[in-house]
Amino acid sequence: MEILTAIKRVPETGAKVSLTDDNLDIDTTSLGFTFSPHEECAVEEGVQLVEEHGGNVTVLTLGEEEATEQLRSAIAMGADDGILLDGGDAEWGPAGTAEAIAEAVEESDTEFDLLLFGNESADAANHQVGVRVAEELGLPCVTGIKDLDVDGGTATAKREIPGGSEVYEVDLPAVITVKEGLNEPRYPSMRAKMQARKASVAQSEPDPREDDLELVELEVPETDDSPAEILGESPEAAEDVVDVLEELEVV
Amino acid sequence: MVLTLVEHDEEGLDDVSLQALALARDVADQAGEPLEAIAFGAGAEDVAGEAGDHGVETLHAVDSLEEYAPEAYGRAVVQCAEEVGTEAVIAPGTDRGAEKLAHAASKLDVTMAAEVTDVEVGDSYELTRQRWGGTLIEHSRLTAETNLLTVAANEVSASATGGDAAAVEAFAPDLADGDLRVQLTSVEESDVEGVPLGEARVVVSGGRGTDGDFSELEALVERVPNAALGSSRAAVNEGWRPHDDQIGQTGAKIAPEIYIPAGISGAVQHMVGCKGAENILAINTDPEAAIIQKADWAVIADLHEVAPAIAEELEARGHSE
Ligand SMILES: Cc1cc2nc3c(=O)[nH]c(=O)nc-3n(C[C@H](O)[C@H](O)[C@H](O)COP(=O)(O)OP(=O)(O)OC[C@H]3O[C@@H](n4cnc5c(N)ncnc54)[C@H](O)[C@@H]3O)c2cc1C
Repeated sequence: MEILTAIKRVPETGAKVSLTDDNLDIDTTSLGFTFSPHEECAVEEGVQLVEEHGGNVTVLTLGEEEATEQLRSAIAMGADDGILLDGGDAEWGPAGTAEAIAEAVEESDTEFDLLLFGNESADAANHQVGVRVAEELGLPCVTGIKDLDVDGGTATAKREIPGGSEVYEVDLPAVITVKEGLNEPRYPSMRAKMQARKASVAQSEPDPREDDLELVELEVPETDDSPAEILGESPEAAEDVVDVLEELEVV
Repeated sequence: MVLTLVEHDEEGLDDVSLQALALARDVADQAGEPLEAIAFGAGAEDVAGEAGDHGVETLHAVDSLEEYAPEAYGRAVVQCAEEVGTEAVIAPGTDRGAEKLAHAASKLDVTMAAEVTDVEVGDSYELTRQRWGGTLIEHSRLTAETNLLTVAANEVSASATGGDAAAVEAFAPDLADGDLRVQLTSVEESDVEGVPLGEARVVVSGGRGTDGDFSELEALVERVPNAALGSSRAAVNEGWRPHDDQIGQTGAKIAPEIYIPAGISGAVQHMVGCKGAENILAINTDPEAAIIQKADWAVIADLHEVAPAIAEELEARGHSE
């Protein structure tokens, strides 16, 4: 199987984020970079499918040259090679991103059986790049998947709904966007990380397109940070806890 | 005209659709345009009464598609939007809402704005929307010929207007073969027992601070009626809990009457999953943990001692499941 997984370089924000002075971006001076949890699962799934069925996983990103770091992280997880679509520092909206990815897929020498995307990126959360790529390439698309099985030319994909899951069966080639929970992404070994440094990464420079969603400003939402009432510092506080539960009438 | 994509089951319109209608009605009012809706599947016309009660004048009912098929539905939305000449198409921020509208956006070659919470209508649409799972707010401008947007789930309050039932117009889309390549094949019921996280009145949740031992928290949950067990992403990553239990940006969004995070630090990505909780009672050994600032009450102690003590106290007072 030939599998393509698409990932995006995003700032690692375990803690509260702060913004640049113009409020147009996250201040990344003291932040590392990563790719989204959904996309980690996409890479892991690609690698597992190839372990099962044979083939290759190519990982692709559109971003600045520094995004090669994320390609190499994915290669360390088991992807075979990388494609960097060097988007420079231009603003790439979802329509332009999807066009550039679709074009790269069309121009590639490889005929991909499966294109795996995160359901939405952690940062911009536009929820559409996978679907748009599928539309551009005329492929079927299933989104929000948490369980995937490939048998011959058919993929069975499941999406969670309250109380169960929806099942979709699609013929390959197809585009599938996945959510965290699909699998447990592996931690690459030191050796794999070293080897990933040497893996081949192809580069091209797509042309940006104007998007009709224009960023005006970002804002960090206010949170109510009034300290909690401390009920106690030992198990004896259990009495007060049960008082609270009784007052709320939940016990 | 403003067109809203609504979703329904046998019981009528779902909550997130009613929320989408509230935002859509606000947009329609600002634009001085009528509000219309499009609904799919068997029973689509049955929601006309409820839709009217939420401000919809005309309901376009598509009953020719038996099974859910995202691309076909997306095509139908495009054709309906073009036929009625709408300035905006608004959908609920569900998996289905987002994928249908994304197909429509791609076919119309416009950008879809996702997770919108507010719109100011002027020459363009001035939007407020959520990024980073709600830990950042974006103000942006949508300038497409037809403005497509999804409404962030559970961020806008639904409100009825008491209006008359919407007029029903059948809409029959003209589909291409490829549109039906993806169709719902079947639905599987989950075999998870107990109260679903999303419906629990009490959620007790454990994080890295449990060190992998959830037994005391499990015992506590069993003692409380209508309670469910959740976890942080750290606990899921460690393999201590299944991902279905995870609360947060990349997990479940919950809204219990009380949320009891134990051994959870309160990272923003975790908190966006429980911001719907009415009350928070944190159990943590660290008085400086972020969760203490976010909670209403806190116990600063070891969860492995506090959780059994709470269970005992419940038993002593005669509260048993
Ligand atoms: C894009 C992205 C998405 C994410 N999505 C999610 C998500 O959906 N959900 C989520 O939870 N996280 C998510 N995270 C991760 C999040 O940033 C935190 O890393 C995570 O929530 C931390 O989990 P934790 O609080 O269990 O662990 P820690 O941060 O390690 O906290 C453990 C806490 O336990 C306390 N503790 C230790 N021992 C005890 C004891 N014996 N008794 C009581 N307290 C004790 C400690 O004081 C500490 O406060 C996401 C991160 C990213 C980057």
